[in-house]
Amino acid sequence: MEFIGEKLLQVVIALAIFAAVIGLIMLLVDRAPKSVKDKVTVAGFLAPAAILMLVGLVYPAIRTSMLAFTDASGNGNGFDNFVWMFTQPEALTTLRNTVIWTVLVPLLSTSFGLAYAVFIDKARGERVLKSLVFMPMAISFVGAGIIWKLVYDYRGPNIEQTGVINFFRDALGMDPKQFLLDAPENTIFLIIVMVWIQTGFAMVILSAAIKGVPVELIEAARLDGANAWQQFRNVTVPGIRGALVVVLTTITIATLKVFDIVRTMTAGNYDTSVVANEMYTQAFRAGEPGRGAALALILFLMVLPIVVYNARVLRKQREIH
Amino acid sequence: MKKTKYLLPVAAAGVLALTLSACSGDGGGGGSTAGSEDCSAYESYGKHDGKTVSVYSTIVDIEATNLEESWAQFENCTGITVKYEGSKEFETQIGVRAQSGTAPDVAIFPQPGLLATQARAGYLKPAPKTVSDLVDKNWSPDWKKYGTVDGTYYAAPMLANVKGFVWYAPKTFKDKGWEVPKTWDEMIELSKKIAADDPNMKPWCAGFESGEATGWPGTDWIEDVVLRAHGPEVYDQWVAHQIPFNDPKIVDSFNKAGDILLNQEMVNGGFGDVRSILSTGFAQAGQPVLDGTCAMHHQANFQAANWPAGTNVAEDGDVWAFITPPIDESKGKAVTGGGEMVGAYKDTAEVQSFLAYLASADFANNRVKLGGVVSANKGLDPNNAQSDLDKLTVQILQDPETVFRFDGSDLMPSAVGSNSFWKGIVQWINGTSSQDVANSIESSWPKS
Repeated sequence: MEFIGEKLLQVVIALAIFAAVIGLIMLLVDRAPKSVKDKVTVAGFLAPAAILMLVGLVYPAIRTSMLAFTDASGNGNGFDNFVWMFTQPEALTTLRNTVIWTVLVPLLSTSFGLAYAVFIDKARGERVLKSLVFMPMAISFVGAGIIWKLVYDYRGPNIEQTGVINFFRDALGMDPKQFLLDAPENTIFLIIVMVWIQTGFAMVILSAAIKGVPVELIEAARLDGANAWQQFRNVTVPGIRGALVVVLTTITIATLKVFDIVRTMTAGNYDTSVVANEMYTQAFRAGEPGRGAALALILFLMVLPIVVYNARVLRKQREIH
Repeated sequence: MKKTKYLLPVAAAGVLALTLSACSGDGGGGGSTAGSEDCSAYESYGKHDGKTVSVYSTIVDIEATNLEESWAQFENCTGITVKYEGSKEFETQIGVRAQSGTAPDVAIFPQPGLLATQARAGYLKPAPKTVSDLVDKNWSPDWKKYGTVDGTYYAAPMLANVKGFVWYAPKTFKDKGWEVPKTWDEMIELSKKIAADDPNMKPWCAGFESGEATGWPGTDWIEDVVLRAHGPEVYDQWVAHQIPFNDPKIVDSFNKAGDILLNQEMVNGGFGDVRSILSTGFAQAGQPVLDGTCAMHHQANFQAANWPAGTNVAEDGDVWAFITPPIDESKGKAVTGGGEMVGAYKDTAEVQSFLAYLASADFANNRVKLGGVVSANKGLDPNNAQSDLDKLTVQILQDPETVFRFDGSDLMPSAVGSNSFWKGIVQWINGTSSQDVANSIESSWPKS
């Protein structure tokens, strides 16, 4: 209790200080001479956000970049960490896996989500059907990892199976399989977990977008004699292109950063590691912060073009409307 | 548990007595004597009223409760509040917290390698002289070495465990007429016999799954074999990287352990094929010993806590254990073991006082009395050990004949000891050859 009280007091004090600072800024802005008032106002309101950005984003980014060129004891070692990353077989596997994840997860989740959204559009019980697929979104990645680990669980032949899939394999007279141990397909089994989670997200956004396609267009297409596929191909898809790009890029960024699933299910063993997991392992468990930072930097460089593309598409969309 | 009932009233009485004597001012008779009597053992630690020491470690659940109880009296008598926090993610989180400036005052490191990493990064404070003197007095020089990094003494040992016990069901052994093996060869003979005798029973069961630390129980196997087959000198050279990790002697040790672990006939009772070792949790792995689907299970003395509640751990009980037998008898009676090292991120008076208490024989006796653990502190009274197994473990630790070596993976740099060695074990069980595994671990050894 004493501990909680202490923390509460700290929160209250912090909030009070924050309010005081903002109040002070407002006051100063208000008092500024007329000639520069606009500029001061803009600066005054941007300053808190800018400072937080500097402290929370720009400074760590610069520090991480510098750390990427140091060894375990903090001395500069040039490009050694990057050489390690692109020569060690293990680190290369990590990079390869991340590429597989980033190609498969967005493609599969978006296609499944889109297909589902189209098929249940205006169907009976649409809301129920939607929530069924959306539900995994509510589960944390760690939770999903644990659930699927149990699904993939393995016991030897002639021993009672505890994993769902192996139970059915057993019932069908097949040998049980070590789903998480056999490379390279184990990466696919991990990817399934992420697809399971992200399909719901894709489906919800795309379903909303589909409902936004003007009915007149679809009717016009139908009158012109377009079949269902042609309607979908030539009317629906162009109509939801913006939403598709958002969904694809969002899932891609999430996938590049995937960490929890791999960590809970295999901890990166059996050739399943991905960049984010390896970054954490190197920086904090192996005591090689330089290697961790180098991996973080690579991850950043991989995400960057996607973010830029996303921003550009959104801006273009705004220009059209 | 007996102790719980006894300690709380005593502690309460102590506090009450202190309060009374403080209130009465002129210090009237009975109250103050009772207070000073209780606290006489703690006078040397001084008074630090209102001060707090935060402690962070890997110890959780019942073990954590016992640990907190073992310093409850110290808290009462010195006025220090100990804020304890245990986490299974300690090994990684301690690095995160030290780097982010939210390190605890005191951390209990289960691995000297991790301690060294933290000390070299400049986070830890050297141990105060009182602690260093206590360690000189109460521990063998070996133990002092584990807390020393680059010539500076940082951390006192706390508790100890003995690894390499082989757990078995005495009743099964008796029914089948098997003898507890005295040498490694006898153990292999026995294993072969079990494998041939009974198709429903495998000689061994094993499980190396432990979340992100998957593989560590396998490192214990390798360490046991290296020490028993090649002796303490080679073991020390191996751990200190004076011989490469892929030295033929080490590869040979992998192969020896592989005679059991990689042999489909030998493992893995109750769970499946050889590779099921990797998907079996280390805490569950021993259970088939009880139902007879496997005969033996290799695990440290703390396996005692992994048996289901009500299991009688005794020489004539449900399960009992023998130490992994010698391979080359000329190398002596060797055991590997582990223990915790207490390092500090602050050097305030109250932290130093707490460190001194943890290094004292008082603490060792207080904690061991609560059961489940032992200490290598020479001031420990063996009669304080609670179970037969604790007694056996203390005997082994205090026997001057015993060649004791600290768990090797815990001594190696964390890049190896808590990363590539674990991963290597995983690859090894998963089918990579001993030589390839040793080569890849060797290549991960930090250059500096």
